Amino acid sequence: MPLVALFIPCYIDQLYPQVGLATCELLKRLDVTFEFPVEQTCCGQPMANTGCTEDARPLAEKFLRIFKDFEYVVAPSGSCVAMVRQHYDEYFHGRPEYADFQKLKAKTFELCEFLTDVLHVEKLQGQFPYRVGLHQSCHGLRELRLASDTELVGKSYNKVRSLLEMIEGVQIVQLQRPDECCGFGGTFAVNEEAVSCMMGEDRIYDHEQAGTQVLTANDMSCLMHLEGLIRRQKKPMRVMHIAEILAGGDV
Amino acid sequence: MNHATLAAEFVRNRPRAHWHDTALWFVRAKRDKAVHSLPEWETLRETASAIKLHTISHLAEYLEQFERQATALGATVHWACDAAEHNQIVLDILRQHGVKKLVKSKSMLTEECHLNPYLERHGIEVTDTDLGERIVQLDRKPPSHIVMPAIHMKKEEIGELFHKHLQSAAGATDPQYLAEVARQHLRHKFMEADAGLTGVNFAVAETGGFVVCTNEGNADLGVSLPKLHIACMGIEKLIPRAKDLGVFLRLLARSATGQPITAYSSHFHGPRLGGELHIVIVDNGRSQLLASGEFRGSLKCIRCGACMNTCPVYRRSGGHSYENTVPGPIGSILAPARDPQHYYSLPYACSLCGSCTDVCPVKIDIHHQLLTWRRELAVHGHLPWTKRFSMKLASIVLRTTWLYGLMGNMGRWALRNFPRWLVYNRLNAWGRQRELPPAPRRSFRQLYQEHYGRTTTAGTSPQPGGNSVGDSQSSTSRH
Repeated sequence: MPLVALFIPCYIDQLYPQVGLATCELLKRLDVTFEFPVEQTCCGQPMANTGCTEDARPLAEKFLRIFKDFEYVVAPSGSCVAMVRQHYDEYFHGRPEYADFQKLKAKTFELCEFLTDVLHVEKLQGQFPYRVGLHQSCHGLRELRLASDTELVGKSYNKVRSLLEMIEGVQIVQLQRPDECCGFGGTFAVNEEAVSCMMGEDRIYDHEQAGTQVLTANDMSCLMHLEGLIRRQKKPMRVMHIAEILAGGDV
Repeated sequence: MNHATLAAEFVRNRPRAHWHDTALWFVRAKRDKAVHSLPEWETLRETASAIKLHTISHLAEYLEQFERQATALGATVHWACDAAEHNQIVLDILRQHGVKKLVKSKSMLTEECHLNPYLERHGIEVTDTDLGERIVQLDRKPPSHIVMPAIHMKKEEIGELFHKHLQSAAGATDPQYLAEVARQHLRHKFMEADAGLTGVNFAVAETGGFVVCTNEGNADLGVSLPKLHIACMGIEKLIPRAKDLGVFLRLLARSATGQPITAYSSHFHGPRLGGELHIVIVDNGRSQLLASGEFRGSLKCIRCGACMNTCPVYRRSGGHSYENTVPGPIGSILAPARDPQHYYSLPYACSLCGSCTDVCPVKIDIHHQLLTWRRELAVHGHLPWTKRFSMKLASIVLRTTWLYGLMGNMGRWALRNFPRWLVYNRLNAWGRQRELPPAPRRSFRQLYQEHYGRTTTAGTSPQPGGNSVGDSQSSTSRH
């Protein structure tokens, strides 16, 4: 079994530790050898997405230093993995570390992607007898191509959904707009608070109409935004990261 | 004013924002249906993108070829470096012909150059003949969308506007009736006009001809009666060969409105018998985009508006919140190129969902370009100091693991123990409509240590390969 370094995004580390623990539990069940390099902090996405790319640079360098010697790097977040895979190039281009970075890039995976593409998981133990609403987080969807989106013409597939379907009792609800953005968007959630919240409310409404009991996604950041609205409006809907469901968690 | 402020105003009227979102989503859904009926859709996009990229990288040659061919067909070609020059050229042509009344089919370029008010100031009556354009013209507002200029207006409002200006029945809202009122009104304008002005959707270098796409046939009507036809185009409207048209005409209508093809694709090759055709080719900042390696790709745009229809931010904030002739995702690339200080907020009016990039028929990597714009704006000092400062601070904290851990512990403690009024204050934009996440007592790294023992610590780098489990690295535990 491969040696995996856990890359736990900073906000999961600080605010949603149960998602990190569920990731460990899931990997343990699949006999994956993993460890958590404690030096890690953040991939630098908030700075890079604000345009302050030079403030993100030291974090990219730190990331490479910490993770370069592992066989795989796995994170329960499409967005942070997309940051590494799609946006780190500029920090290493034309530098001696570039070759190391190319290797690191090729072995950094989002959790669901790692399960389907590297481990080729075909079955998972566990029961989850609920109507589940799957939120397709944009970065996983359109940067990492974890699923086909409604804009492009081609083969239809969904790595995240196919994993969820392995869990007994999961009923995935049918949404009106299966892959619309939730409105989180990092610092967008604060800069454009009005639009961000309206987008979130619309996503929640779609799930309510579809009968979602548990709202899940492979990005906790989208869920943090949606949960913030759900809790403020006291809606009867649970929010869980997909790792929690796949690791055999219950509501 | 920045986009967020104008968007917040739009969103405040929630039912209206919902209505706007639904109207545009309807078009986006229609587009999806139309493109999924073509198995070759992605090949078409790929081809179109390659043709456009080739064209803009040989733009000077193709422009000269077009001028030669168009001139050989009897047209007169004019060159304008900016909006002012464009307007002056159009006015001069109109004056030479003693034109008092001009009918104009939809042209975003002339909107961009503010041609209407300019001509009106010089005593020329301008009538927009595209229905949506006519509506916003009567309303004295700019278009809010490049394909559906009046998409922000409800039929009740249009009824009222027509009642005021076109003497339609009071309280009428029936679209068919209102369209008929507009049609009758426009017929008069067509009959009276001394000249017709159109935009250009595609200009063909090889032939010197050009194509204008409309759904109402108003371009044809506008240039069929008067002897004078003026066509205004941006330098990026070129395609090399007539046979390339098939690719673009199929892409344009499906992307724009979900139609297989636009109702009228009118081809113009030289002036009509006994008439004159003037083609005004305008730069207005485009060659600057061409020169910038980063944003060059945005010149591939064929102005279908698909990125607007799909953009979750545009749908909920309305076209006027962008304060630019071309709003939405593509407009947010084009506008700061002209005036970064004024339009600095537009690249931030984006959640980076990437839907615009996947929907774009010429494969412009729109959301990546918006991200690049953010970097450019930061580098050139257009970012508010609060943003710059907070990001600098975050970077300092995050690059030092112990400091990050300390700040995290303090933050979580504060979230748990501070009174609610202190956390949910006026400065907390997150907390106005949303709860903050529940702050756990311990972070993941603390819990990991409890559950899984010691962790890899700073300075110890593991050996690559899974076979090293259980080796002598005492500070590492693997699971």
